[in-house]
Amino acid sequence: MSAPGPYRLANRKRGDSIEFRFDGRPLRGVEGDTVASALLANGFRVVSRSFKYHRPRGIFSAGIEEPNALVQLHAGAQSIPCARATLVPISAGLEVNSQSGWPSVSFDVLRVIDFAHSVFAAGFYNKAFMWPSWHFYEPIIRRLAGFGRAPTGPDPDRYDVHHAHCDVLVIGGGRAGIEAAKGAGAAGQRVMLVEQDGLLGSDATSLAGLASIQVLLRTTAFAYYDHDLVALAESVAVQSGTRLPRERLWLVRAARVVLATGAIEQPLIFSNNDRPGIMLAGAALRFLSRHAIASGREVVVATNNDSAYAAARELRQAGVNVAALADTRATPPRELVEEMKALGIDVQPCSIPVDTQGFGALKQVSLGTLASDQGVSNIRNVRCDSLLVSGGWSPTLHLFAQAGGKLRYAENARTFVPQTDVAHIEVVGSAAQGSEAPGVLGERVSPIGNKDRQWLDLRHDVTVADIELSVRENFSAVEHIKRYTTLGMSVDQGKVGQAPAAEVIAHSRGLRPSELGHTIFRPPFMPVTLGTMVGRNVGALYAPFRRTVLYGLQASAGALFEDYGEWQRAAAFPRSGESREQAIAREVKLIRNGVGIYDASPLGKIELIGPDALDFADRFYINDLTTLKQGRARYGIMLRETGVIFDDGTIVKLSDDRVLLTTTSSGAGRVASWLEEWRQCEWPDARVVVTPVTEQWATVALTGQHARTVLQRLNPKCDLSNDAFSHLGFRETELLGSEARIYRVSFSGELTYEINVPSSKGAALWTALLDAGQQFGIEPYGVEALLHLRMEKGFLHIGADTDGTTVPDDVGFGKPAASKQRHYVGKRSLTLPESVRPDRLQLVGLASEGRTALPVGSHLRLSMGNAPTDGWITSGGLSSTDERPIALAMLRAGRSQLNQIVSVHDGGRMVTRACVVPPMFYDPSGARMNA
Amino acid sequence: MLYIPCPHCGFRDETEFTYGGPSHVTRPELTTSDREWTHYLYHRSNPKGPYRERWIHSYGCGRWFNVLRDTGTHEILEVYLMGQSGMDSANRGNP
Repeated sequence: MSAPGPYRLANRKRGDSIEFRFDGRPLRGVEGDTVASALLANGFRVVSRSFKYHRPRGIFSAGIEEPNALVQLHAGAQSIPCARATLVPISAGLEVNSQSGWPSVSFDVLRVIDFAHSVFAAGFYNKAFMWPSWHFYEPIIRRLAGFGRAPTGPDPDRYDVHHAHCDVLVIGGGRAGIEAAKGAGAAGQRVMLVEQDGLLGSDATSLAGLASIQVLLRTTAFAYYDHDLVALAESVAVQSGTRLPRERLWLVRAARVVLATGAIEQPLIFSNNDRPGIMLAGAALRFLSRHAIASGREVVVATNNDSAYAAARELRQAGVNVAALADTRATPPRELVEEMKALGIDVQPCSIPVDTQGFGALKQVSLGTLASDQGVSNIRNVRCDSLLVSGGWSPTLHLFAQAGGKLRYAENARTFVPQTDVAHIEVVGSAAQGSEAPGVLGERVSPIGNKDRQWLDLRHDVTVADIELSVRENFSAVEHIKRYTTLGMSVDQGKVGQAPAAEVIAHSRGLRPSELGHTIFRPPFMPVTLGTMVGRNVGALYAPFRRTVLYGLQASAGALFEDYGEWQRAAAFPRSGESREQAIAREVKLIRNGVGIYDASPLGKIELIGPDALDFADRFYINDLTTLKQGRARYGIMLRETGVIFDDGTIVKLSDDRVLLTTTSSGAGRVASWLEEWRQCEWPDARVVVTPVTEQWATVALTGQHARTVLQRLNPKCDLSNDAFSHLGFRETELLGSEARIYRVSFSGELTYEINVPSSKGAALWTALLDAGQQFGIEPYGVEALLHLRMEKGFLHIGADTDGTTVPDDVGFGKPAASKQRHYVGKRSLTLPESVRPDRLQLVGLASEGRTALPVGSHLRLSMGNAPTDGWITSGGLSSTDERPIALAMLRAGRSQLNQIVSVHDGGRMVTRACVVPPMFYDPSGARMNA
Repeated sequence: MLYIPCPHCGFRDETEFTYGGPSHVTRPELTTSDREWTHYLYHRSNPKGPYRERWIHSYGCGRWFNVLRDTGTHEILEVYLMGQSGMDSANRGNP
């Protein structure tokens, strides 16, 4: 049956009828309709309200440049604001809503703002609504101006990313693009042809049989990046709930690019040029030829160039009344005038619209005759409900400019054209229109009329008066005008109006448009869904995470996992009914009084292999490693060349040509890269290989006074007595039938064996230790308990107590750093004036005066001195021995402030006072570690 | 996103590499003045034009190499191995 709608031309379009809803009303369209064409067919003149003044607006274009017909699609989490009705295909049950206007788009109470429009000129928020404070008015004004509502939940749709390479990327599937693709394809090149519309131009059949051409429809190239990388957004699934992604991002690296991006029609500028019923001539032609829709019943065409004559002709031949065609040129081409005459259309040369009338919708247009002195005479009214305007065509050169191409304003064509060439880019078709326009363009801006009713940017409600105001206030550079008036800054980026705006700006500055520059073109060419840029990296895939081989066992023990860098680690093991904090406190007591096990597998491990292994390692640590013997571990601190502490860990000599380093868990990758960089770039002659082995070994720390007894039950093949295997010892041995590397090092301050076995044996070790320690009440403990235990001992936690400025002396390692004779990375910087300043922050302990907690991050003030801060608390908690609040802090000249009182400040207020003490709260002699 | 020709692996996307600052930075003698040493640590030139810099192919071969790149246009003019001094007879970029 023939397509429905009072403005649909009978019997010219057939297809399945589709019902959708607009503002809750059921409407019918036909397959192939966009929301815009369906609304037009059904006689919807008003589809939105303007941004500031709430003026009624209708559909202005037929494509991606649409400034008025922005609608809200769907509801809830799937809701999409600012969808261009000219691009959205209708589908059964589609929910479309207008975005502005209260109570409705056709009757909007806020239209009253338009009557006070002079208050809301460009930049009004810099001058008005200031007392008592802008923030009082801001929410109201934002609500009045808002258009579109954000979706109410996480995006339920999926998005994919594809990477592609090709010989030729052709952007634009019209005639010029198809020809370019055909030429390259016939020569055997790999071609990608992308087209933003749902179909190619009429020559598409000529591509058949060319296998090396890949065609992507509904795909818009939106960004041109370095080295000819082009980003495309492909619209895939229209409906949600299918297995297809909603959109695909293509990142295409092309050897060369053909821009067949066409041109965008520009409007004429005159008073009240924004009424519903005013439309671009090319758009009316599109609605007619593709959708069999008449833009109105009484049409007037106003143009400054030849192209609009086609719209007049086609509409007339379809039986629509075209009352007049106004051409701003004095002598339009004769053959066109004759053709119009033959169709009964009155051509009025030298004529330009100067005003329109009709509240709510267009009723008539006032035309004037242009006089040579820039004046206008003979103003007459013509009744019409549709005014088709054409101010010339602007080549779409956004991608060209993004790629670094320079543009210049061509006077004849009244638009920006390429000025330079860009390597690997060819511009073809109407995008390549140079300074020779098809025909000479006539005037485009009415010389008379109220300038504050002449719109240059329909989307952001920017008028000619706003431009003149901006220039008067000395914001006259184009980049300033853009930002002061918001010209071209909205969803449509000013695609329609850019060329007339250049004329108006030039005129108000007394320049020629070719003397103006243009604003910088930046990606994206049109709005891109955030999901498309993110792809699959959402939810569980947002960032990579790592788990150790002991994850499963810890999970079944009730571990509370948290993110520590990339690793998911057990923060604590809360029992049922226990809070996280209670679990941590219990685990601290367990380690101090009993025995526990801890998964230390993320600890970085690096092997240096080669004759120069130990010498190589010695170049990086502040500690002398040359005297290191097999069987002993040495604690080392590593610096950057600036002298700042970078990492710490242990060094063990496995043999004459093998050294084993440990690093902090978060530094494993960093330190390995650091060593490798020096090896490749500074010391390529060093006979050593750097091999990270962090993941190859599972590490379990057996901690507490019963640790020796428990470990003995596993029958390791080494003597565990304190004489044979003392603190800071290291053994390579056998355990549970596998090789093992056992350190006696302690981060907690208790007797600890750090047991390393190959990863595949890690679970067996964990289980065996839990078995062996049952009689002592052995339990697993988590990261938080360990961090508290080490804090009580004043052991360094790189990155918590140290930051990007901390040098060894700040944290008590000044003497070893100075005494090592041999140069190591960073040594030279430790004697710079900054590194030896007497008022540097130094690590101290704090004991709270009362029971008030010492919050980490709170600032400290000494009683003397005027500095804004004298330091801050870096770690803290309740002492495991007497429950009093204790902390570690970096304090100005801290070591000379022992026994002084500092005030502690959090959130702008003083919360308590504390006494400065040495950074050691538990077992100062280390007797428990050495047992 | 740059398209960088690794001397070992060929052209790869910038995301496979890590930037490493300027090439050919000479460390002064350790006995040099504090001023000289500080200049070496912190002061770098930042010209618009050809610039020699270090890159490592982190997610590929793992090798460090040098690139002569125009900082204004991103054009890559030359790529050479770590330890070499570049073959540019026009002597462009930082030495």
